[in-house]
Amino acid sequence: RYLSLLAGFPMCQVDEDYHDELERAGAPSVSKQCVKCKEATAAVVIRVGDTFCRGCFKEYFIHKFRAMLGKNRIIFPGEKVLLAVSGGPSSCSMLSQVQEGLSQNAHKKLRFSPGIVFIDEGGAVGQSAEERRRTAAELEAVFKATGFPFHIVPLEKVLDLPSKVLMAAPSPSEQPAGAYKTAVGHFLQSSSSSSSCVTQQEEKESSLPDVQESSTPLLQRLMASVETLTAREDLLSTLRQHLLVHTARSEGYSKLMLGDSCTRLAVKLLSSISLGRGAQLAQDTGFSDSRFGDVTLVRPMRDYSAKEIAFYNRLFSVPSVSIPSLDTKAPEKASIQRLTESFVIKLQADFPSTVSTIYRSVPNLPELNRTFYNPRPCCSVCAYTSFNGVFWVRTCDEQAAVRYRAPETADVRTLLCYSCQLTIKDMVSQSPCTAAGSALLFPKSTQEEKRKHVLVQVCCPLFRELVEK
Amino acid sequence: MPVLCSSCVDKRAVLKRPKTGHSLCKECFFWAFEEEVHQTIVAAELFKRWEKVGIAASGGKDSTVLAHVMKLLNQRYDYGLELMLLSVDEGITGYRDDSLETVKRNQQQYELPLKIVSYEELYGWTMDAIVSQVGLKNNCTFCGVFRRQALDRGAIMLKVDKICTGHNADDVAETVLMNVLRGDIARLRRCTTISTASEGDGVVPRCKPLKYAYEKEIVLYAYFKKLDYFSTECIYSPNAYRGHARTLLKDLESVRPSSIMDVIHSGENLSVRDGVKMPVQGTCGRCGYISSQALCKACVLLEGLNRGLPRLGIGKHHRLHDKILSQQPLSEREERKLKSVDF
Repeated sequence: RYLSLLAGFPMCQVDEDYHDELERAGAPSVSKQCVKCKEATAAVVIRVGDTFCRGCFKEYFIHKFRAMLGKNRIIFPGEKVLLAVSGGPSSCSMLSQVQEGLSQNAHKKLRFSPGIVFIDEGGAVGQSAEERRRTAAELEAVFKATGFPFHIVPLEKVLDLPSKVLMAAPSPSEQPAGAYKTAVGHFLQSSSSSSSCVTQQEEKESSLPDVQESSTPLLQRLMASVETLTAREDLLSTLRQHLLVHTARSEGYSKLMLGDSCTRLAVKLLSSISLGRGAQLAQDTGFSDSRFGDVTLVRPMRDYSAKEIAFYNRLFSVPSVSIPSLDTKAPEKASIQRLTESFVIKLQADFPSTVSTIYRSVPNLPELNRTFYNPRPCCSVCAYTSFNGVFWVRTCDEQAAVRYRAPETADVRTLLCYSCQLTIKDMVSQSPCTAAGSALLFPKSTQEEKRKHVLVQVCCPLFRELVEK
Repeated sequence: MPVLCSSCVDKRAVLKRPKTGHSLCKECFFWAFEEEVHQTIVAAELFKRWEKVGIAASGGKDSTVLAHVMKLLNQRYDYGLELMLLSVDEGITGYRDDSLETVKRNQQQYELPLKIVSYEELYGWTMDAIVSQVGLKNNCTFCGVFRRQALDRGAIMLKVDKICTGHNADDVAETVLMNVLRGDIARLRRCTTISTASEGDGVVPRCKPLKYAYEKEIVLYAYFKKLDYFSTECIYSPNAYRGHARTLLKDLESVRPSSIMDVIHSGENLSVRDGVKMPVQGTCGRCGYISSQALCKACVLLEGLNRGLPRLGIGKHHRLHDKILSQQPLSEREERKLKSVDF
């Protein structure tokens, strides 16, 4: 039995011995009966007073996933959905939920066809080729067991992305209100006639990452050119997102499922605010994000706390793979993202409603209307689209420096949102993000052309050199 | 080799600006600081010519710097404003009486008229008396609510058109973070606005000319200008939950100094989806002050104090408002609930 009484208990490393101590210390004060069936003995305490037995916990967990998809009606039957799996507990749990939902004995079967993508960030994090191969092989085993088609993509691929990745592809025509029901109707008809199962798709074998030898050092140089961990993490997440969207697009998926848990989203919300990304909050943390037009990002795990996920994975042996990230083993104040994470987790331990309170403010933030998409200016790095018309804002440094330096008009920074300006500012001075560099980069190009090239050329200054040689 | 000022490239730098990291000499720092406040005032069109402006003065660093800079800019850029100082005496022995002495000295130094309104004359209660009844846990609620109204009443007595307060960038950013932690969308939306619109009769518009000034720079400015200010924490405990937001903000600042401005930028650009229920502004049935409920918070708190039921204003007891308005007695059960002091 796994009984934890502490709300903010670090969940990923559940230690048996430590657990026994906890049980002894606090068990008497907690009812040992399941609150749901009122019969079986409790196995998990999700929140104070919410004790569940094994069976009821499973039912509750599975229902929550279906309810999230059912309520939002955003994934159409038969649609190709790409699951972004990082190897962590949350995204692996999402994978197992999809598997569960598609299995023959599921109560209400899910009706989309899934695929898996894993971005191998080993090159940016500094793993050796051997370590990367081992990680990929471990994940491959997990993916093969699901029977879904999968794609293991090295992050180095982002350097070869066509610049149009930033341009929103035209989104499928606006869906009228009744579209979902019609689609379900069509799907039921077609599947009853052919009686073929959606999951019976040909299994696509993806080979292990075949990274070009030359691109790993290039990626490493790019990451090294960023001076602060804060900016490096920000850049990495931007690059990862572009590669995910690109993979979905090129493989014909129209939805991309991300495994962000509610704990993760609370941390993300607070760090987004601290990074000056307030305006993007709704897109970055909402249930769905349609900024990329033809590929919609969906976050079905956003109602689960990290704790629930950890317990589910543990009780029902959901495999996950532990992979180091940029801030693994970094001290608390190494970056803003790391700082907000430890802040939220510590506060959650003292005030168990912290995560849910922070997260509660998310749905109240507006969502971007798709029809607004194209004519609005869009950040050349993160593809954030402004919807109130205000786009380029001078960062604090420039605002303060009214006196020292007159702002140049042909500045690349006018193509970036506030937060990406901050990230680019933390890159080494020789990167072509300075005004002088920008003139050099884009001598006679139009605003539109500039925008297209900024991702590859500003983010990868060294890449440009290589291409020219 | 001594570091030269990065602005005038002539004198030796005496400080590194916390906001931008530039090394500056004393004169260039003063110039930059004052210029930024001026830019803030001009860009947001905070004042109109010939307006009477009350400066909320507590004697602390922020309001002292505010009074100094406002007086200076009013002359330098000829705003044509009539400035005066406005102080609130909460009646806290060992704290406010000392800081009011500083305000009185400032009045002479800056040659501005001064008006002091006290809780005692407005409400019949000093903070000392309130704390003796309420205890140390929720006293800040009383003080905060009463001060807001006291400033407005003082402003009306002085017949000023606007009040400016010494809120700095750190305060604003901290409030943004705190409202996120509390999930308070309504406040999140308005906490970054630089000035309140004129909301009605009993309310004087307020603005924060130091909204983009870092707390550290305010201290540096006061230090190098040798301004006379009072620096002691209030003797009644500070707000605990705000402390978490404060710690986070200070840590963020140490990781990336621009964080304070970045948080404010985020707060300014958050927009709330239409259809989110926002409180509707009305007026208090007793004193006519703005209120979203039948009775304003100050009247409820005061009623609680006068009836010996301090909990009346702590937490939500909206359904009791009608009873209070019609002066009906409360039931025994209600009284028992609101009486206990050990909360």
